[in-house]
Amino acid sequence: MYRYDDFDRTLIAERVAEFRDQVARRLSGELTEEEFKLLRLMNGVYLQLHAYMLRVALPYGTLSSDQMRKLAHVARRYDRGYGHFTTRQNIQFNWIKLHELPDALAELAEAGIHAMQTSGNVVRNITTDQWAGVAPDEIEDPRIYAEILRQHSTLHPEFSFLPRKFKIAITAAAHDRAAVKVHDIGLRLHRNAAGETGFEVIVGGGLGRTPFIGKSIKPFLPARDFLSYIEAILRVYNQYGRRDNIYKARIKILVHELGAEKFAQEVEAEWVAIRDGQLALDQAVFADIAARFSYPNYLTLPDNPPELAAARKNKRFGAWLGNSVANHKVPGYAIVTISLKPVGAPPGDATADQMDAIAVLADRYSFGEIRVGHEQNLVLPHVAQRDLPELWRALDAAGLATPNIGLVSDIIACPGLDYCSLANTRSIPVAQELTRRFSDHEQARELGRLHINISGCINACGHHHVGHIGILGVEKNGEEFYQITLGGQADENAALGTLLGPAVPYAQVADTVEDVVKAYLELRERPDEIFLDTVKRVGIEPFKERVHAAE
Amino acid sequence: MTAPSQQKLKVKGPVVVTANRVVDGAVVYWTADREWSTDLANAAVVSTAPEAEALLAGARADGLHAVDCYVAPVARDQAGRTQPGNLRERIRFAGPTIDLLVTFGI
Repeated sequence: MYRYDDFDRTLIAERVAEFRDQVARRLSGELTEEEFKLLRLMNGVYLQLHAYMLRVALPYGTLSSDQMRKLAHVARRYDRGYGHFTTRQNIQFNWIKLHELPDALAELAEAGIHAMQTSGNVVRNITTDQWAGVAPDEIEDPRIYAEILRQHSTLHPEFSFLPRKFKIAITAAAHDRAAVKVHDIGLRLHRNAAGETGFEVIVGGGLGRTPFIGKSIKPFLPARDFLSYIEAILRVYNQYGRRDNIYKARIKILVHELGAEKFAQEVEAEWVAIRDGQLALDQAVFADIAARFSYPNYLTLPDNPPELAAARKNKRFGAWLGNSVANHKVPGYAIVTISLKPVGAPPGDATADQMDAIAVLADRYSFGEIRVGHEQNLVLPHVAQRDLPELWRALDAAGLATPNIGLVSDIIACPGLDYCSLANTRSIPVAQELTRRFSDHEQARELGRLHINISGCINACGHHHVGHIGILGVEKNGEEFYQITLGGQADENAALGTLLGPAVPYAQVADTVEDVVKAYLELRERPDEIFLDTVKRVGIEPFKERVHAAE
Repeated sequence: MTAPSQQKLKVKGPVVVTANRVVDGAVVYWTADREWSTDLANAAVVSTAPEAEALLAGARADGLHAVDCYVAPVARDQAGRTQPGNLRERIRFAGPTIDLLVTFGI
């Protein structure tokens, strides 16, 4: 956990007071909507189909049990008893009333939670690996860098009016769980031949209507230079990024139009001028921020304790253990992913009661710490292996032990037309129907890793381009249709999916996905060849033939 | 998609003017009495572009109580009641098409 100091607490409190005044002036008519919109969009407040939506940042996906309880309280008191965890380590409340917003934000501020960097044309919530600090394949804890960047970019005057929003993600592990290649800037911490740590810098990735995989412009940036180099990228973007056309305003378009090489030259020229200035990372500052991340006092425990062996006899527990529990860097501990994808429920939603239950379990079994990942699930990052059977029973009782992590029913979906004012089509009911079709978790395990991502419009909040199966809703003559793509992926081998064929109507989406899955079972060479590898090996054509034959 | 309030006005049948209420974002409709109502049944319904433009201008003049005004299609059901004219408007009128995890009165 990162502990805020007085400076942070004052900043958040002042921000709430400022917004309270702005809301009061809007309600009295002193501010027009045009004036107010800019201000609310700097405080995470959107206007959706039925209500205002408040997006709250959970920086680098880490939150305490007390913060989770506060989210539950806000869901109950100011919303309708639930919240939606997003693909960028935020939570959204869908039914917030404008006149109650300042009170809701003030309550969140008491727990050190805020809505800065969740909207507007600024550096957005900096995301990272939900297993940061506990993953065995990690070099360093990436959250220290994320926190430094958060502090530097929050309310940064030079970057408060960028051409468009700006998303940064950091990974420090061999396997990228933070989707860094589809961010405006992706940072991958690694070691060079001399054993020093530094970042590969990837720019210009992104989804939306013009998807791009990011381009690597710096294979090894010494860690001391990471702040100055990002500043240089932001300056080049701020200067050359387009402000005349919202659809061409993201940095990915600039990188694409200039070319990665030319863009990198511009960045280098800017960087040379500032790299040895005040942005060079001071070791003392780094150490101070690192020291404010507290780590649990782990006990000395053996791996595979007898409690676990005994509990494995329970088939349901065994299935959950095999699916939702990952290795921890500390012996005797485990990382537990809590599925927010139960059969038939909206992906990423949690009720206030579930949030409270998770907070209690985090206190009891995970040193009071919780994470949220970009795949819209939660994580208890420090669970003693001997506690896993008890934890599972408690999670199961709360409907939070669905053993489908990374499987076909672990669907990423945007809120879609059920909530979103930008959507053309619905996403959630499509996801719900698919989870019902694939509700047999044992069969899903036999299918292996398979990610379905669903977006209700071209803005791609459901990351459909990088789903192993991607589903994009499009409107045709007032009817909902869905384009299906195969072969996308969001990790270190990020790739965009290929279109399967013409869009299918709403009622046929689940059938078509089932046909795709049947085709995969026919086409895979071995039971352990995952869907994505089959698509890569055989290409899209054999899938097209089989799916169209099934129609 | 482009927000309806930003789209070019097209009138191909009965339409109303709708918006979101400033205080809580609730969906509201502009009435013949030149005020906002949460009930579509109270909405002023017109069928030509000039009428729709006039209705919209009246509604937009009230910048205090509602925002993002636009012209939305409606239909008449067999009983003559005004109903939303497309899926987006049905969802705005009736709420999400999914069962909410926790239900409180709207």
